[in-house]
Amino acid sequence: MPDYQLKIRRFDPESGEAAYWADYTAELPPERSVLDGILQVKDREDASIGIRCSCRAAICGSCGVRINGRSRLACNTKIGDAAAGARDGAITVEPMGNMPVIKDLITDMEAVHWKKVQRIVPWLLPAEEPPEGREYTVPAEAMLDVTQAMACIHCGVCVSACLSMEVDPDFIGPAALAKAYRFVGDPRDGEQETRLRDLAEDPHGIYDCTHCFACVEVCPKDVAPMDQIMRLRRRAGSDFDIKDSNNGYGHEKAFVNIVEKWGTNHEAQLLPRSFGDGSLVKGQLRPSGARQLTAELPTAFRGLRSGKVSPRKALLHPKLPDQKQVRRIFKEIESKGERLELNMYIVGESGGEEEGVMAEGGGEA
Amino acid sequence: MPQHDVLVIGAGLAGQRAALAAAGEGASVGIISKVHPVRSHSNAAQGGINAALDPQDSWESHAFDTVKGSDYLGDQDAIEIMCREAPGEILDLEHLGVTFHRNEEGRLGKRAFGGASAARTYYVADITGQAILHVLYEQLMKHDEVYRYEEWFTTSLVQNDDGRIAGAVTRNIRDGSMELFAAKAVILATGGNGQIYDPTTNALICTGDGIAMAYRIGAPLMDMEMIQYHPTTLAGLGLLITEGARGEGAQLFNAEGERFMEKYAPNKMELASRDVVSRAEQTEIDAGRGFPDGTVALDVTVVPRKRIHEALREIVNVGRDFAGVDITREPIHVKPGNHYVMGGIKTDVHGETPIPGLYAAGECACVSVHGGNRLGANSLLDTLVFGRRSGEHAARAVRATPPPEPARAALRDEERLIGAVIGRASGERRVSELKAELGKTMDKYVAVFRDEDGLRIALEVVRRLKEEARDVAIDDKGTVFNQDVLGALELEFMLDNAECTVVSAIERKESRGAQYRTDYPERNDEDWLKHITVLPNGGEPEISYSEVTLTQWQPEERTY
Repeated sequence: MPDYQLKIRRFDPESGEAAYWADYTAELPPERSVLDGILQVKDREDASIGIRCSCRAAICGSCGVRINGRSRLACNTKIGDAAAGARDGAITVEPMGNMPVIKDLITDMEAVHWKKVQRIVPWLLPAEEPPEGREYTVPAEAMLDVTQAMACIHCGVCVSACLSMEVDPDFIGPAALAKAYRFVGDPRDGEQETRLRDLAEDPHGIYDCTHCFACVEVCPKDVAPMDQIMRLRRRAGSDFDIKDSNNGYGHEKAFVNIVEKWGTNHEAQLLPRSFGDGSLVKGQLRPSGARQLTAELPTAFRGLRSGKVSPRKALLHPKLPDQKQVRRIFKEIESKGERLELNMYIVGESGGEEEGVMAEGGGEA
Repeated sequence: MPQHDVLVIGAGLAGQRAALAAAGEGASVGIISKVHPVRSHSNAAQGGINAALDPQDSWESHAFDTVKGSDYLGDQDAIEIMCREAPGEILDLEHLGVTFHRNEEGRLGKRAFGGASAARTYYVADITGQAILHVLYEQLMKHDEVYRYEEWFTTSLVQNDDGRIAGAVTRNIRDGSMELFAAKAVILATGGNGQIYDPTTNALICTGDGIAMAYRIGAPLMDMEMIQYHPTTLAGLGLLITEGARGEGAQLFNAEGERFMEKYAPNKMELASRDVVSRAEQTEIDAGRGFPDGTVALDVTVVPRKRIHEALREIVNVGRDFAGVDITREPIHVKPGNHYVMGGIKTDVHGETPIPGLYAAGECACVSVHGGNRLGANSLLDTLVFGRRSGEHAARAVRATPPPEPARAALRDEERLIGAVIGRASGERRVSELKAELGKTMDKYVAVFRDEDGLRIALEVVRRLKEEARDVAIDDKGTVFNQDVLGALELEFMLDNAECTVVSAIERKESRGAQYRTDYPERNDEDWLKHITVLPNGGEPEISYSEVTLTQWQPEERTY
């Protein structure tokens, strides 16, 4: 059986010492997990290594850590794969990011994750009294649609990987917002608009996500938290026409309009259009838009001075050579009568015969 | 000293349901769990929850299936209550927000499950337990009158001089401090004991803590010999493949390509009850018709791909991540593996044990609704129905009870005990070694097929391990998250569980449900249509018996 080098980040809060790296060796088949490796070290060598773990099957969500710098569950990361992805041959295991560390690999989920979950009002607020002696009648697709968000095991791996939260610790974050979609997408909930308005108006809410895909990449349950955030935005913007005071809606609209027109982002127009719900003219004519634009002028000047922006670049933005194709995609999508939201439970009409499940987010380190 | 009318220990489905029910009755409630509630093992219940909700179906049919599934060892009064109250329980959950799968009319959708004469299993894809657990936790977050103690480990129960329950001693895992809780009633909802086996589908936390704590203060344990082996677990790791797969149409084959269930259960085939399917598989494997890794094949590819994605997504992941198999394209190797304990702390239909004020619900309890063999998708139902009943009953029963005054001495004793464990010089053997030896022994001798000789060996090993456990090595000398010392305490709980299981299995000299004795291969209603109960006597389990309650169904021969 192969030997694997494990470099574990240790921290003993009672020692008064800073965190440090400690080296261990585990001996097990490559298809076993990094968690199995850590448990073997605990079993044989040092039982004082702290890690939360329980189900060993990526169901309980206890063992979120960072392996070789990437946030993941230790139990569904194969140790052989982790070793192949390790620098200097040693697999590094450290506690999750964006959360305080309690001991070794154990983080304070309460202080960050669960506080954020509590923030989104995490219980159903039914529109009406439950029907007597029977269930609510709800479209089958709607339940499947929210099942993806229900599949979240609250492991915190996406919270650990979230780049927006690194910059803005108050960001409600991927897991809690995915949980919010579980209510917004649930036809039984009666407060969808209030929830959406709240999450849109909160400067740390749905428009605080920078669309970086980190949470989608690391989620061990294919919840795709960012997709859920985008769903919240689509519901807020398209279904309820919520125009938030932080211009999140306008920014998104501006981006879409620019891409439709040019195919790539036209930086100089993004901001003015954002202040006008996507329209350049409105953004400049509206008093609020003009005021905000003026406030942003120093940024523009700094850009000019540093050479990041040139007057030429700012005014002329070339279209993509085959911009027609981009327009065609827009037309195709806009011609649909209703929005079709696919997720991991709904894979399209045919069931996607051609692509196998092994390809979807399978675990390499 | 924290003080509550009702103290719930364990925060899986039974515990959370009990806490919400007790709070609903106006009691002040505390809920203690050694892990964060959403980490509880109820998460792992994939397939669904049974209820005769369809007007075409009836609770009597559900009850009869359960009685037959139990091999007539289940108490029929309790089974009737569970099956009657099942539809209401499902509707309550739905109204609280559980995202149950719908049919085309937008009504609750259902699937087939083993041992059932109608499709009556309601589900959320194959994450049913998780979905219900998370929705109940939503309610706990909403109802902040239920006080949550998350990541607190209960070490013992405390009684008044008159024997009434008075509280519990706990350790705050986060800072190592010990606390005495005073409570007028205590509801144990600490789950099963699968960790006494290796492999097992059970999580590492399933160490039978509550079962052992209740036993130690003299609450009788019942049906402890009845340990369920689930027919479809992965070899090696023991991870679970839901029975829902067979419910959706998946088939079992031996290495010769034969759909062997035709021989054992020609009518129900793969959907016979679990003890029957597990025995069939083990017979095939033992006869050399299994695969070299000691398994048979489960073929899920017969289920349409769209349906697999919609309804069996979790096991697609389990297959991919833990066996390297795409179950939508090829069969996956499975074998019978430890899954569930039908036995546990003996309770009445209100969840109350013979110790006044002490209740138990869920897998740690034995009402007994599962008897010799639990039907798939009846465990979630058991946790919810009897969790709620315990919570309600406890809250009402203690209204006039004066506040208990548990003796401080109990706290000091436990502090001294744990201090001694931590302070121990290096012990002979490690917790992990003892645990591994226990698990392998149980899986070898107290498994699908058992006999007197093997059981005697197991008993000898368990008793030796009990001795050795008093002196295990502890590496962690700290207070914050000292998982090492908790592991040593859990090991002692596990050994009490194992001893009671083995002793009961030796005692039952017949084959019924999950207990199959190769030396007594027949069911013997004349001598053994009774529960075996155990109580501690001088450190060893003492056997007594308890009647099986029959209401409308007389024992019959059991075929599927």
